[in-house]
Amino acid sequence: MELINLTLQQTSQLLAEKKISSVELTQAILKRAHEVDGKIQSYVTLADDVALEQAKRADARLASGEAVTPLTGIPFAMKDAISTRGVRTTCSSKILENYVPQYNATVTQRLADAGAVLLGKTNMDEFGMGSSCENSAFFNTKNPWDLTRVPGGSSGGAAAAMSAGLCGFSIGEDTGGSVRMPAGFCNVTGIKPTYGRVSRYGLIALASSFDSIGPMTRDVYDCATVLQYIAGHDPKDATTYQSPVANYHATIDQPVKGMKLGIPKEYFVAGMEAGVESSIQEAIRQYEKLGMEIHEVSLPHAKYGLPVYYLLLFAEASSNLARMDGARFGLSISEGAENIVDIYLKTRHEGFGDEVKRRIMLGAYALSAGYYDAYYLKAQKVRTLLRRDFENALAQVDVLIAPTCPTTAFKLGEKTSDPLEMYLSDIYVVSTNPAGVPALALPAGFSKNMPVGMQLIGKHLDEAKLFQVGHAYQQVTDWHKKSPEIRD
Amino acid sequence: MTQTIDAQTVKHVASLVRLGISDEEAEKFSPQFSAIIEYFNMLNEVDTSEVPPASDITNNANVLREDVVMPSMSREEFLKNAPKVAGGHVKAPTVLGDE
Repeated sequence: MELINLTLQQTSQLLAEKKISSVELTQAILKRAHEVDGKIQSYVTLADDVALEQAKRADARLASGEAVTPLTGIPFAMKDAISTRGVRTTCSSKILENYVPQYNATVTQRLADAGAVLLGKTNMDEFGMGSSCENSAFFNTKNPWDLTRVPGGSSGGAAAAMSAGLCGFSIGEDTGGSVRMPAGFCNVTGIKPTYGRVSRYGLIALASSFDSIGPMTRDVYDCATVLQYIAGHDPKDATTYQSPVANYHATIDQPVKGMKLGIPKEYFVAGMEAGVESSIQEAIRQYEKLGMEIHEVSLPHAKYGLPVYYLLLFAEASSNLARMDGARFGLSISEGAENIVDIYLKTRHEGFGDEVKRRIMLGAYALSAGYYDAYYLKAQKVRTLLRRDFENALAQVDVLIAPTCPTTAFKLGEKTSDPLEMYLSDIYVVSTNPAGVPALALPAGFSKNMPVGMQLIGKHLDEAKLFQVGHAYQQVTDWHKKSPEIRD
Repeated sequence: MTQTIDAQTVKHVASLVRLGISDEEAEKFSPQFSAIIEYFNMLNEVDTSEVPPASDITNNANVLREDVVMPSMSREEFLKNAPKVAGGHVKAPTVLGDE
């Protein structure tokens, strides 16, 4: 029985019909992970014992029929930035290399309550800082479609594991494209929900006003399934919305005829890989055939998305990473330390990689006396203009369409010598987080044999519409059904 | 406004974020920082004289709860990750003193 590369719908069916048990399914995926992940290195921690324990409990639930959900018995992978009680959580950093949380993130708890089975924790750029997974302190994750190329970042491990059939779904996190960009590079579907739709309690914070946890799945339908269970108000996260979570599947099959698709003209300028551009144009034509009205819209401040995003990111990250100080948890270097500041200096010097150091220093610079107005405050003002751009554009249309990246997956090492060059690859994904709007990434074709990703951007809390429009595309195309052959 | 961030400034900022840094590292980061800050200067092209800074991304204000004691992490669980423990507390060296 083929168990790899199934959708959640298909797997749920097999479990419900007792054609397979969660333990058998989990064992099969773990076996594959142990055989294949040496080449891809998507996992930082494979928690076999935990997984099998959870799978046994899931089987009991499935047998009794009590509290069974579409996620019961399904094995999943979790980005290593999200706290899992008793399972090492590292953010792919030396400073947390041996840190074991004593509590579950809300997302972890919700998935456990739904009966999903945690397989392990996936590799990422250190503390989410990166677009290729090359900033992991441990090892590079490879793109399963071409092992000499990056999977994207920072949720590179989660995307690669999903793509290579090493989990039923994965959970990533998107601060400035970190779900959507690797989803695009690896040919999987992933969503950055509206900021505040999913609780950040237990997520090791990068930028507290941008961070958005989101699922990565084989298709849009599955993505909606997982989001249904992790979204919602959480008293432990005061930035979560009180408003109820829509029933995403209730509207997902509705036709898109008559809806309006907006093309932001500032996004379609020179510099895009030809194959990426033609894939997106082809997708637009598909939507036209489905009866959508195509409109050109404008995001006048689009080019300022990158500096706004990075400036505010550096500032917020600088604050958030102050807690990694070697005093209460994590790496602690105290030999030769005369006072606590010595421990801070040595621990942070040893424990953080170069990109992390760069960003926290630049963040402090932007916030420091004499520079606060020129940098941080200025960026916050332009951020207001970015938000208004999206509001204005989305008042005219239902959703916007854009690529996830100007190119397909680049080679390992190609962009690591110039930090600024790496930042520029985020150009299409960074504006959404400062604005808080949701965006769904899905496969749109291939260019030079590598996956092309597109994204649909919507209004606040309009995930149902994104799923509807994304699902419609996946009913008439089959890019999302393709899986890589893992070669040596 | 061309901003060159010299090694001295890098060291100053490193001390602000309690990050130990060598002279070589400061030299290495200096041109990278200068290039990045130079790039951010593009924001000066935008007229923001009438624009308020963004805040309140989710339209939530003053989210409060009743002041009731709720279960939280036990002392034992909390101390599991502490590098040094003494008498049921996290042990640390001198906090006050010379900077």
